[in-house]
Amino acid sequence: MKFLDEYRDAESARKLGSAIARVTTRRWTIMEVCGGQTHAIVKYGIDRLLPDNLELVHGPGCPVCVTSLEMLDRAHAIASQPQVIFCSFGDMLRVPGSRGDLLQLKSQGSDVRVVYSPLDAVNLAAANPGQRVVFFAIGFETTAPANAMAVWLAKRRGLSNFSVLVSHVLVPPAMTAILQATGNRVQAFLGPGHVCTVMGYTEYEPIVRDFHVPIVITGFEPLDMLEGVLRAVKQLEDGRAELENPYSRVVRREGNPHARRLVDEVFQVCDRKWRGIGLIPRSGYKIRASYGAFDAEQIFAVDALEAQESSLCISGAILQGQKKPHECPAFGRQCTPQTPLGATMVSAEGACAAYHAHGRHLYDDRTAECTVPQA
Amino acid sequence: MCLGIPGKVEETYREHGLLMGKVSFGGVCKRVCLEHVPQVKEGEYVVVHVGFALSIIDEAEASRVFELLEAMNQLGEIEEAAREVSG
Repeated sequence: MKFLDEYRDAESARKLGSAIARVTTRRWTIMEVCGGQTHAIVKYGIDRLLPDNLELVHGPGCPVCVTSLEMLDRAHAIASQPQVIFCSFGDMLRVPGSRGDLLQLKSQGSDVRVVYSPLDAVNLAAANPGQRVVFFAIGFETTAPANAMAVWLAKRRGLSNFSVLVSHVLVPPAMTAILQATGNRVQAFLGPGHVCTVMGYTEYEPIVRDFHVPIVITGFEPLDMLEGVLRAVKQLEDGRAELENPYSRVVRREGNPHARRLVDEVFQVCDRKWRGIGLIPRSGYKIRASYGAFDAEQIFAVDALEAQESSLCISGAILQGQKKPHECPAFGRQCTPQTPLGATMVSAEGACAAYHAHGRHLYDDRTAECTVPQA
Repeated sequence: MCLGIPGKVEETYREHGLLMGKVSFGGVCKRVCLEHVPQVKEGEYVVVHVGFALSIIDEAEASRVFELLEAMNQLGEIEEAAREVSG
């Protein structure tokens, strides 16, 4: 267990692992939703600490990964226009679309910039009145309060040269889609702690009730996740389905009301296409009509784009927990972080990229047996 | 990218009508919007995501999480921002 040894509290983690093994009597499949959790699970080998009949599958919680190719191509088309300063978070600008990634446009003369905060993009607009500043606003509910504030502030400051290309996604509708999908294997969820910091967890209560599925709100430290797994398994073994919040030191039932109010002021729920999964009803945010002057989709007329995904890629099944990265024949061969074929390999928080970063393309998932792929 | 990074609020100020703060992340100071945690006081710790504080946490939680993020190489957004500013 060399991964876990790097963790300061490895002994407590092992004890929790033993407790989980003691209560697990049947086969169970649990999904962690957040990409940060996936990253931590693979980094610390938390899944390898669990009994064989308990499987962790990785959810769609990487917003960069699930941004649709069509949206990436739309971003590319806008960024290529004259007098445009196009900016976003670094991860997003490095994702390859059909015509290369956005940062590559810089070498062709476009002005594409990495910003740390959406407020930096607003300041860019104020400092460059002759340019049109477009911010690519992606993310889950955690990022929505920041992106909403940028739009709100631009309106308040009267910045007519600022707009946002919005591709926001929401966690609860994706969980519902996963549970409704043919071939669903997920029996319980580790709920996304930082998303719930903003939104609270009332939206998850109907999912627990309607699908009789346990949801445990979980942080991303190894001990948090192991405790989340233990609580989920106990519920499954008892035949219970409840919402539990052991992460109450950070997450409140109502979330952050200040942040929620602003998100609601600027955004409204809309249907959204997810890369690898397809259209999920009411699973995204778009800009409200009252802030339409800041909506890049309205300002920049870009023809309807249709993008073709690789036929080899199984990221849709991976995002929904139906397959693991190493079950894909292209994983680590045609598909690597340098040459990603699909959603789950494009960003560090994608399940395939996390597996690849920690050498799991070199080994079988659970055994230490070396199965180096033949090129 | 939904992970928040804990930092200490060193000072607060207003800019364009927004409550802002100088927040220290292991010695790297950044400007952070505090509008979503208006009750925060100087010296307290906040969880920051893309330049916005989303919640207030205690010092022990902050140092534990910071250490973990460091071990997971997840402090990229702070470092990237520092690079952008200096470059």
